Amino acid sequence: MKYMMLIVSDPEAADRPSDPAVDQVEDWVAKHDSSGKRLMGQRLHPPESATTIRRRGGELLITDGPFTESREWIAGFDILECADLDEAIAIASSHPMSAAGAVELRPYWPYET
Amino acid sequence: MSERALVDVRRALTDAMAEQRLRIVASLIRTTGDWDLAEDAVSDAAERALVTWPRDGIPDNPAAWLTATARRRAIDVLRRAQVERGKLADLAALEELTEASSDLSPMGDDRLRLIFTCCHPALALEARVALTLKVVSGLPTEAIGRAFLTSEATMGQRLLRAKQKIAHARIPYRVPTDDLPERIDGVLAVVYLVFTEGYATAARHLADEAIRLGRLLVALIPDSDETRALLALMLLQHSRRDARDVDGERVTLEHQDRSRWHRAEIDDALALLRRRWLVRGPYAVQADIAAVHATALSAGETDWAAIVALYDELLGIAPSPVIALNRAIAVGMSDGPLAGLAALQSAADDPKLAGHYLVAAARGDLLTRAGLRDEALIAIEQAIELAPTEPERRQLEQRAAELRLP
Repeated sequence: MKYMMLIVSDPEAADRPSDPAVDQVEDWVAKHDSSGKRLMGQRLHPPESATTIRRRGGELLITDGPFTESREWIAGFDILECADLDEAIAIASSHPMSAAGAVELRPYWPYET
Repeated sequence: MSERALVDVRRALTDAMAEQRLRIVASLIRTTGDWDLAEDAVSDAAERALVTWPRDGIPDNPAAWLTATARRRAIDVLRRAQVERGKLADLAALEELTEASSDLSPMGDDRLRLIFTCCHPALALEARVALTLKVVSGLPTEAIGRAFLTSEATMGQRLLRAKQKIAHARIPYRVPTDDLPERIDGVLAVVYLVFTEGYATAARHLADEAIRLGRLLVALIPDSDETRALLALMLLQHSRRDARDVDGERVTLEHQDRSRWHRAEIDDALALLRRRWLVRGPYAVQADIAAVHATALSAGETDWAAIVALYDELLGIAPSPVIALNRAIAVGMSDGPLAGLAALQSAADDPKLAGHYLVAAARGDLLTRAGLRDEALIAIEQAIELAPTEPERRQLEQRAAELRLP
């Protein structure tokens, strides 16, 4: 079962001068890469560099910024391969950003094979 | 068939369902992974019983008959789905179902697996409550909707979404190991919410259902002290039901006719509380407080000093402004109204209690007992203005009327 793990940044937490969470992310990545539970993942540029695309009728609307205005924003993502939600929760809760921000787990949409 | 024989059939079916329904549903969910199929198979077996039992006689072991019939129904449905949709994924389930013995409880822990899954923290609390009542207790969707003041359609949607989340996010069907104490707390919170909701909406069958769940959990997790404590707490609170609601009016503990308390339930609870504790959590302390009341002959003869000490213990485990308020009332009974007023003052400093009618009502009581009737009347009138519901207002009006007498 694959889950996408959205790393959600809390701007107030991120503004703190020194964020030990950032250093520990590497340990988390190394651990779950070697166990095979983390298939891939990526840190993203902040939403100031986001571009949102909408096609409405025949018109293409391109806007500067993220798709939704909110205080929190998506700072990165990881793809997990887990037996079930409990395993995914255990891995997500050991991610440093679960303390410094939030982590959202989304199961993959299943396609019949 | 005689009227009498039909009554016997219905009784046999009710008894067998009470004993076996949850076991069958829980084991079918494990083998098929299909919650609706499991529930339908059991309803189908019950319907068949109503047709065949009057004709062929009640089977020697009605529970085993229901299990076998529900299992056959599940196999039929799975086979049909296999043919219609060419599904192969259910083969493993089919095999297990076909080979399963007629053993009444093939997997003793299935019921516990089901309960923990229904109360999984990844589900919203209201979904956990709805799912537990529907699947574990077997209440109809309509009845759950009525108890929670929503329509059958809304409740049906809530149940559907919860089952979909379990399937889509793959919430596991198992008894947790790593975080068992926290997960037990989560289950107990659902049960206690069912219980308190029963009182809030006067849907008394919900309180009965919560106690039934509590008994089941004590049987399934005998080592959990908090589970035992919660059952005791619910039994003690429920034992006062007939003295507490009289002709639609809410009667406070102080004024209840204690001869109307259900003694057998109190004795059950006290027996549960007599066992030794390894973990003493908030339910244990609350149950002890309820037990002090339950064993007192009258409000005046209550061991209020013991109750104050228990509230102090409870504040240490789970601090809350409402507990501080109740402690102040107990101090008033134990050490006199002036001491109570001082304790109330410090409890009322908590912003969460600002404007709460219970603070004003407690102040009114303490001032009455201190002989300050004018001040007491002002406090009670203030409480009337703040009271959230009509029965509470009526009760306060009555106290105001007593204070206005010369």
